Amino acid sequence: MNPLITLRIALRALMRNSMRSFLTTLGIIIGVAAVIAMMAIGAGARAQVQAAFAAMGTNLLILLPGSTTAGGSHGGFGSMPTLTWEDLTAIQVELSSVKAAAPTLRSNQSLISDENNWTTSVTGTSPEYFGIRNWPFENGAGFTQGDVTAGAKVVVLGKTVVDRLFGKRVDPVGQTVRVGNTPFSVVGVAAAKGQSSTGQDYDDAAFIPYTTFARRIQGGLSKYLSGTVFIQAVSTEQTPRALADITRLLRDRHKLGDGQEDDFSIRNLNEVAGAQQQGTDTITNLLASVAAVSLLVGGIGIMNIMLVSVTERTREIGVRMAIGAKPRSILLQFLIEALVLSVVGGIIGVVLGVGIATWLASKFQWPIQIQVDVISLSVGFSGLVGIVFGLFPARKASQLDPIDALRYE
Amino acid sequence: MPIIEITDVVKTYQTGDVEVHALRGVSLSIDEGEFVAIMGASGSGKSTLMNIIGCLDRPTSGAYRLAGREVSGLNRDDLAEVRNQVLGFVFQNFNLLSRTSALENVELPLLYRGIHGKERHRRAAAALERVGLAGRLDHTPNQLSGGQQQRVAIARALVGEPKVVLADEPTGNLDSLTSVEVMALFQELQSTGITVALVTHEPDIAEFASRVVVVKDGLILSDDRQTPSSARVALDELLAAKAAGGAA
Repeated sequence: MNPLITLRIALRALMRNSMRSFLTTLGIIIGVAAVIAMMAIGAGARAQVQAAFAAMGTNLLILLPGSTTAGGSHGGFGSMPTLTWEDLTAIQVELSSVKAAAPTLRSNQSLISDENNWTTSVTGTSPEYFGIRNWPFENGAGFTQGDVTAGAKVVVLGKTVVDRLFGKRVDPVGQTVRVGNTPFSVVGVAAAKGQSSTGQDYDDAAFIPYTTFARRIQGGLSKYLSGTVFIQAVSTEQTPRALADITRLLRDRHKLGDGQEDDFSIRNLNEVAGAQQQGTDTITNLLASVAAVSLLVGGIGIMNIMLVSVTERTREIGVRMAIGAKPRSILLQFLIEALVLSVVGGIIGVVLGVGIATWLASKFQWPIQIQVDVISLSVGFSGLVGIVFGLFPARKASQLDPIDALRYE
Repeated sequence: MPIIEITDVVKTYQTGDVEVHALRGVSLSIDEGEFVAIMGASGSGKSTLMNIIGCLDRPTSGAYRLAGREVSGLNRDDLAEVRNQVLGFVFQNFNLLSRTSALENVELPLLYRGIHGKERHRRAAAALERVGLAGRLDHTPNQLSGGQQQRVAIARALVGEPKVVLADEPTGNLDSLTSVEVMALFQELQSTGITVALVTHEPDIAEFASRVVVVKDGLILSDDRQTPSSARVALDELLAAKAAGGAA
């Protein structure tokens, strides 16, 4: 028996009952559509979390100066400067697992242009900072190591600050901005980065060399680094090693004994990203498994209708057998009918699912990501559902006795 | 030369604790080109005999040679093949596939034989033409009268060029005029060398056969050859009478 001919027979049988065929496959359509839409939304959320952390910087460690125990009361991290500039140099020079490290000293300052003023967070840092944070420039460039050495009065502005001080679509490079009473020359504009995962505007910031910051804003360069240090590990795999290396180095330099607590702390941004990632993954898996259950219910729906169909078409089966259909061809016919129903349902479901996901994306501004492997997997799975749930009715049909089947009313 | 040769066929059914002896040792030989009417009351065993002749059922004991081949011991698959190649079936209630065109209905046996596209089409159309339905290839059963539906069924039985056509009460659902029309078609088949066996309980239908076998209580009661009436002539008479009746 040619399977192509059986396919033809099965297709003809399905076309004779096109309305019922459609209703039968509706369960699969909805199931697959739900799986596709859920997975697209889940993957989109995952990508968004990833992007948010990538915006902070890749393989990023943040070093904060210490918690000190003064008279029995624990100050929070950063409450007391314990990091020295020499510590920073040691981290930059001695550790092979560290790619770059940049100090960040922060203070809110009022910036004044010719027309406007705007209070923003001013960060004193080194040129490496922009590399660590994957932050390109929209106009101009960053300041240089020379600017740092000289304590030059140059500033890099975030996009929001530019908008506030100079208006939109203005290139402020070369213009002058006063920070407090000191005039700074604008050398660059950092490209728009958007919001952090907590809603903080990354672009509402200004950056100057840390030497200039210490001299003009803090009032002199001290031994201690009264801010944090952004550190980039050489790779994702090396990030935990970098963390251990820094810890060992600083404990050594601070001469901390075995029983003493660290007088600094290090945050691993990869870990925080991983935790958030896990959160979205859990929700995605939950939604997908609910959708998978509906796919299973769709399969049971197919079996249900196929069983009804076998009973209803008993006489037809009898006629087919009388004119020469072998039990195997009848089995194959009903199996192919179930398979066609489920696979066609799967394909319609994919189209519908992609449509729903796209609609949700545009309606609620959700990020979505349609994955090819999920699509092929759900079409494959619905085919499997068709075979599994089609087998029982098909066997039942093929085992009918032609005489009884012909006599069936 | 006999095309159907049944020897000492016994068929016993087990219904619960009761054994039903449907056939108690039947021997029957039908030559190629014969037109045999099998008659008998219900429960006589004539349907069982027909099922065995049609390779739909296997005898409990006894031998059955069809077209020179012993078929009593064949399995379901081989029997299906024999039915497809050697036999054609016509049923009382036509048994056409609903919502399916006459052409596709007639194509069905060829589909199971694995005959492809154009050839299948051509042969099905020719079979429909032969039964006088050339203009109704794409009509579905519910667009056809009873007589036309039965003619589609006959075309379906013919399309595979069978040696034997088996008809189970083919006129049971038809009025007397279309019954005679259908019988004329069967006589035409017989004239081309096809063996026809039909089950009926109507004596005036049996008149068109060249041989009448009467079955009773699982045995053959009588087996007589006769000069058949011509269905063509009977049809002309009926049409003339109808025309006269219409005029009066």
